[in-house]
Amino acid sequence: MDIPFTVKERPDTGLYNGKLGIWLFLASEVMLFGGLFSAYVFLRTGAESWPVGSDILNVPMATLNTMFLITSSVTMVMSWASLKLNDFGKFKMYLGFTILLAFGFLVVKYFEYTAKFEHHLYPSTNNFLGIYFTMTGLHVLHVVGGIIVIFYFLVPGNKMWQSDPDRFVNRIEIVGLYWHFVDLVWIFLFPVFYLL
Amino acid sequence: MSTDYHKESFFTKYIWSTDHKIIGLQYGITALLWLLFGFILMMIMRYQLAYPESPIPIVGALLGDGGLLPPEMYNSLGAMHGTIMIFLGVVPLAFGAFGNYFLPLQIGAIDMAFPKLNATSYWMYFVGSVVMVTGFFVPGGAANSGWTSYPPLSNIATTGQTVWLCGMVFLITSSLLGSINILATVIQLRTEGMNWMRLPIFVWVQFITAFLLLLAFPPLEAASVLQLMDRLAGTSFFMPSGLVVSGVALSNAGGGSPLLWQHLFWFLAHPEVYVLILPAFGIVVEVIANNTRKPIWGYKSIVYAVVFLGFMSFIVWAHHMFITGMGTSMSSFFQTTTMIISIPSVVILTALFMSLWGASIRYNTPMLFALGFLPMFGIGGLTGLPLGLAAADIYLHDTYYVIGHFHYVVAPGTIFALFAGIYYWFPKMTGKRMNETLGKLHFFFSLIFMNGVFLPMMAQGLAGVSRRLWDGGEMYAHAAGVLYLNEVMSISAWLLGMTQIFFIVNMIISLMSKKTGESNPWGATTLDWSATTSPPLGHGNFEVVPTVYRGPYEYSVPGADKDFTPQNEKV
Repeated sequence: MDIPFTVKERPDTGLYNGKLGIWLFLASEVMLFGGLFSAYVFLRTGAESWPVGSDILNVPMATLNTMFLITSSVTMVMSWASLKLNDFGKFKMYLGFTILLAFGFLVVKYFEYTAKFEHHLYPSTNNFLGIYFTMTGLHVLHVVGGIIVIFYFLVPGNKMWQSDPDRFVNRIEIVGLYWHFVDLVWIFLFPVFYLL
Repeated sequence: MSTDYHKESFFTKYIWSTDHKIIGLQYGITALLWLLFGFILMMIMRYQLAYPESPIPIVGALLGDGGLLPPEMYNSLGAMHGTIMIFLGVVPLAFGAFGNYFLPLQIGAIDMAFPKLNATSYWMYFVGSVVMVTGFFVPGGAANSGWTSYPPLSNIATTGQTVWLCGMVFLITSSLLGSINILATVIQLRTEGMNWMRLPIFVWVQFITAFLLLLAFPPLEAASVLQLMDRLAGTSFFMPSGLVVSGVALSNAGGGSPLLWQHLFWFLAHPEVYVLILPAFGIVVEVIANNTRKPIWGYKSIVYAVVFLGFMSFIVWAHHMFITGMGTSMSSFFQTTTMIISIPSVVILTALFMSLWGASIRYNTPMLFALGFLPMFGIGGLTGLPLGLAAADIYLHDTYYVIGHFHYVVAPGTIFALFAGIYYWFPKMTGKRMNETLGKLHFFFSLIFMNGVFLPMMAQGLAGVSRRLWDGGEMYAHAAGVLYLNEVMSISAWLLGMTQIFFIVNMIISLMSKKTGESNPWGATTLDWSATTSPPLGHGNFEVVPTVYRGPYEYSVPGADKDFTPQNEKV
């Protein structure tokens, strides 16, 4: 016996189960990053001195990274839209771009981190760097998780397009919602650490 | 639309099961074993408190040191008792076990919305609980900074604290998956006709509990990550500047704040209090409605009170922090919200007392536990009021009074409700009845000894005895007058432990007895009883998925042919 509303929407809520599930998950993620941003505010307001982010961190690189992630969000939507239009080839292309852009983000982040370490700037140096490494590190973990899931749908998981296309489209929508959230977190992280 | 009896291997049926009922049982059994383990830790501590510095019998050999309990070990036992009882015992039993097993049945769902996530949730909990206790085997012993893990003490504590934090990350993931599942199930899988105001109160409380877990736990995850960074990467989030430990100045950068941890921790841990108590309310409502044979008094009031309680529980957390020096304006705000949050609890309790009015009550074992819950939770709640007022809290903070207060809420409160639930739903889970005589012995002795343990704590606390003393207060003159109570409490605690043998024996002989063949022995109205067999079928739950025509507690409807009208009976 199948569980109802895994694919089709429940009429009175207008949602299928997975979509509700991911929204609830994202609500919890908001609280996780919300807790960390609150910690940032608490530490900064309580600190005797707090460095200006742009003095320590590399703003041009982070701007590039912001472009990468925003573009990857756009390609994510395009891949879902292509699937809705029954264009499987374009879907794969756009999803491939999404992964490439996500890797681009990681590569830039890698150079940023190593540059800090070369200058002997570690999480333990001060609380600004501590919370910077903790929050961006956690965000990087979210990016890595996203890459794994997107890769799954790009290659091994795409057989479902033949067997259960409606469900497959739903899955892409769900991973898209998650990916936009990861993007959104970065859009908060960027000004908070690099610009303010 | 009937059952599907496809063949299942032992592994998919009992280990990696995606059936919510099996997962509920897995949760239940694991949680009961942890409750017992946590209780044993406490019984060891109570020996040290009653007879300081004399060798511990039976388990003393494990401790080395001539059977004595060293202070560090005492601290480990205390921290782990709290952690195990809350995170490995009560919450998994109340939310994981009861929620998983009965919530889908009560709303007429064939399973949870995400069965695989459900199984993952259980195994995350299992792994997290094992990680938690491996702390006992690392150098320096398990976490010993209290269940609240306040820095800077916890930051400089032994490796056990790191293990505690890692275990916590698993448990938080588990509860995240569990709560998403419960929420999605209630929102999406209610059967036809089961609209929101026809949900049994049990479903409502699980629903609100799931929201609390979903939104309150992540800040603790954030805090755990920050503390892990402090401990492993040398950051100073919780470390103030210029800290000196054992005469040596610490080399970390400083500039952090221990208060940050307290805020993040209590942002979880206050809603957590309601995670502990709300499912208990739900079980008690079910049992009382069933055994008074009349509709629950004030169904809507209870629902609104529960929703309001859930909301308010997010803005009272700093009443645990009155003496941290956070300022009087903060204190005034949080003491006001704390006074407000007591109102919905009183509404619920009043509704339950009113339900008893004029009823012909059946005094069976589940009902006794539910009735025992009412005054015991009442004491727990009322003794909390002085703690919620900043002025009184300055005196009472960190004394045994606090311990007495929250144990009244959780032990004879929540745990009684959980026992009520076990006795009440045992026939559903197994198709067998539990023995009434043993059940009643279990109840009356538990009631006496629970009070024997927790009432003297109030007296000790009012005399000013601190809660974390390894010698039970022996070295303090102000404790001298109430020191004799330590022995009273310890003996009560051991006898309370012995009393649980009634329960264990009852469980075993009931499991070995024959099936009664009746699927609704209590004459209950909710779908879990009236639409399913006992025990419920495997995957799928129902022969025919029921349709709901009426509210959850239609007992003694005038003109009906029997004194209960099930929700799925046509109008």
